[in-house]
Amino acid sequence: MLKKGIILAIVIAFAAIFFNLFSSFNGNTELSDLSSYYAINEPAQVGAANLVTAIVVTYRGLDTLGEVVILFLSAAIVSFLLKLHYNEQNDEERKNGLRPSSEVLQTATRILVPIIFMFGAYVFINGHLTPGGGFQGGAIIASGFVLLLLAKPEMKINHQLINIIESISGISFVLVGILGILLADGFLDNNLFGLGTFGTLISAGAIPIIYIFIGLKVGSELSSIVGTFNETQKEN
Amino acid sequence: MIYIILSVFLSLFILGMAVVAVHNKNVKVAIIAAGIVSLFSSILYLILAAPDVAMTEAAIGSGLSTVIFFYVLNKIRKNNA
Repeated sequence: MLKKGIILAIVIAFAAIFFNLFSSFNGNTELSDLSSYYAINEPAQVGAANLVTAIVVTYRGLDTLGEVVILFLSAAIVSFLLKLHYNEQNDEERKNGLRPSSEVLQTATRILVPIIFMFGAYVFINGHLTPGGGFQGGAIIASGFVLLLLAKPEMKINHQLINIIESISGISFVLVGILGILLADGFLDNNLFGLGTFGTLISAGAIPIIYIFIGLKVGSELSSIVGTFNETQKEN
Repeated sequence: MIYIILSVFLSLFILGMAVVAVHNKNVKVAIIAAGIVSLFSSILYLILAAPDVAMTEAAIGSGLSTVIFFYVLNKIRKNNA
């Protein structure tokens, strides 16, 4: 009884705090200084039709590099810790104990997975034009991979291929950033070889290239996390 | 106006699902409820004009993390039994 009373008191206290915040809120009718700077100068400086992408990849490119590194570390730690208990013999046992997935799921997977992969690639290639980008596209590719694993849990994942794609795209991302120092104004600057026509596919300088690398890297990392979890499952 | 009604409805639904996720004794139900929280918050992000965040939330929050939770649940059960 006392516990419930305390919980109720805490909820009422939070409600009082946040009601104050809510009642004093009134939306801005015009952009703040920082956002109007981005909105006005971005087409000339970066040339990406999607303003969010311009901020994420160019103005705050170093933060994106940090995020990619964090994701890489978590993928590496997951596969390192799970591989400790993994060996080939268990793998054979695991395959024999698996229940086959239903026919509906298998057939639907065969049709849907290529479309999902293609949509993921579309999202990260068009990251500078439409909402989305490397992270979103990579996550969509990884969710297609999850569907593949649900339909065929005994599937053997080519970790070597995933590692190669992941390392090459990571290194290329940093190399494009360093090229920015040599050819443009600084690290991860996108104006390497002209900005192109605003709003077309080949525009915004290096942003499409960087987003393709980020998309491949995020997609392969998330897929390898899910794949490693799937490999180390025990059925019985 | 319709957007305000829709977002209030979605927020209440998200709160309800979050309560289910915290208080339900069955872990599977709790994981599904947490996935639904992510799915509906991605719709809420879309209404609030943040399609980039909505895509990430839908793919990672409700897709990948739900699957990973189920894998981990299976592992914990097998190791404890």
